[in-house]
Amino acid sequence: MTINETQDELIEDFALFDDWESKYEYIIDMGKQLAPLPEEFKTEENIIKGCQSRVWLHAETDGENVNFEADSDAIIVKGLVSMLVKVLSGHTAEQIAQADLYFMERIGLHQHLAQTRSNGLASMVKQMKTYGLAYQSLNS
Amino acid sequence: MQYQARENMISETYTIPQLDMGQIRSDFPILDQIVNGKPLVYFDNAATTQKPRQVIEALAGYYERTNANIHRGIHHLAEKATAEFEASRRRIQNFINARLPEEVIFTYGTTDGINLVAQSYGRTFLQEGDEIIISTMEHHSNIVPWQMLCEEKGCVLRIIPINDAGELLMDEYEKMLSEKTKFVSVVHVSNALGTINPVAEIIKKAHEVGAKVLIDGAQATSHIDIDVQALDCDFYAFSLHKLYGPTGMGVLYGKEAILNAMPPYRGGGEMIKEVTFEKTTYNELPYKFEAGTPNIADVVAAKTAINYVENLGKEAIADYEHHLLRYATEALSSIEGLKIVGTAKEKVSVISFLMDGIHHQDIGVLLDQQGIAIRTGHHCTQPLMHRFGIPGTSRASFAVYNTTEEIDHLVAGLLKVKKMLG
Repeated sequence: MTINETQDELIEDFALFDDWESKYEYIIDMGKQLAPLPEEFKTEENIIKGCQSRVWLHAETDGENVNFEADSDAIIVKGLVSMLVKVLSGHTAEQIAQADLYFMERIGLHQHLAQTRSNGLASMVKQMKTYGLAYQSLNS
Repeated sequence: MQYQARENMISETYTIPQLDMGQIRSDFPILDQIVNGKPLVYFDNAATTQKPRQVIEALAGYYERTNANIHRGIHHLAEKATAEFEASRRRIQNFINARLPEEVIFTYGTTDGINLVAQSYGRTFLQEGDEIIISTMEHHSNIVPWQMLCEEKGCVLRIIPINDAGELLMDEYEKMLSEKTKFVSVVHVSNALGTINPVAEIIKKAHEVGAKVLIDGAQATSHIDIDVQALDCDFYAFSLHKLYGPTGMGVLYGKEAILNAMPPYRGGGEMIKEVTFEKTTYNELPYKFEAGTPNIADVVAAKTAINYVENLGKEAIADYEHHLLRYATEALSSIEGLKIVGTAKEKVSVISFLMDGIHHQDIGVLLDQQGIAIRTGHHCTQPLMHRFGIPGTSRASFAVYNTTEEIDHLVAGLLKVKKMLG
């Protein structure tokens, strides 16, 4: 599935919810289902510090695709993080670097991306793209 | 009905203060709105209070009828603007009972006032080895300016510890005081815990060893009557935006003799007497600390905020907020797994709390979805959070326009959060 196909699928999933509770319960569930990041990857280097919650992001490449693993100490952020991982993980460095992430806004969760200082999500997106760019230049 | 039911839960009996809540709420237009489909419940008052219509009108009215640059103009509007600006200074002098109007310096806020003292007084009068005392519950704005000064001058920062209730250990403070103590800078009311500190005693003890004292009054002025002469503090800093007034405007009170001995902190217009390339002489108090065009409109509107507070009556406000605090403490404590952080005997209407196994950010996000605004995080008091061994708290802070019905909404909202995350 392409990055945009995954984004469209998430948008469709969320279109089913007509109240905030079911929407957030779904995000919370996704957060709970995200496999916890192994402790060895919860390093100072992998941490993206928000003012309130912390996000850890670990990236690996098999030479072709980049895979992300991530975690957060706050469950809603963790749910949002799991969506970002789902959308971007397993794609080439180039695809990641050039991805246009529109799903958060379409779902109506863009305020979480805008809260740069409080949850570190915007920094996480930037960091994922930076990994894309870095692996891209390594490959070339 | 819910109000009545909870009212009966309050264990001690006391008279509920009577304020015209219908009138007060209608004075604050911002409160009457729907947020995320629910009526707004604004419990982030320790961050900033909302502004009554009277203040908003004073602000707009200044720009509509008065606006001009102050002090040097000779035309009608400049004189009118100057008169209104200086009337605010006298109004604030009266509000905090300062001896002289020139002891009231206009700043951008509490942080600006503390920096002024650290940079001007601190750099002039403090030397290597001198000790500066602050406390564990300081806001970063009353920590970092002193750390910067200590780094530059080689002074030593000492920290008054607290107990588990969030009260200063006064015995430890007294033990710290010596002839080396040159400055004490302590918060009047803790923004994170709501604790009211015994500042009169702190000031008295500091003066006994010859130290000067600054009180960070950011969180105090909307709740407590301030009398700088009775307190005998050397400096008192506060912000108007936490006192139902405009943002970007604050006050530094200082004793005249000390302010006169201090050099200017910023250079520019307004603060000079005469400028030549060889030598510049400085203006007198308070202007030597007010370089550049000040925040005229907000200063002018500030006196309307103070009039508003005094018309309601500081005592009536304090009594009513105390009622909200007791009601909320009891109501929140009834939620299983909720723990209040900061249980000092003397508190203002601020409640910081933790919920078992739930991150404070999740609480904030899910309450916001229900139209309830609280603050979550470390509240710019990271050392205090370390003292309690927690990354942060959720904080509900109440102002005079809040009601017990709104507290019921908060309780219901938290029960929903618990259900969703449990």
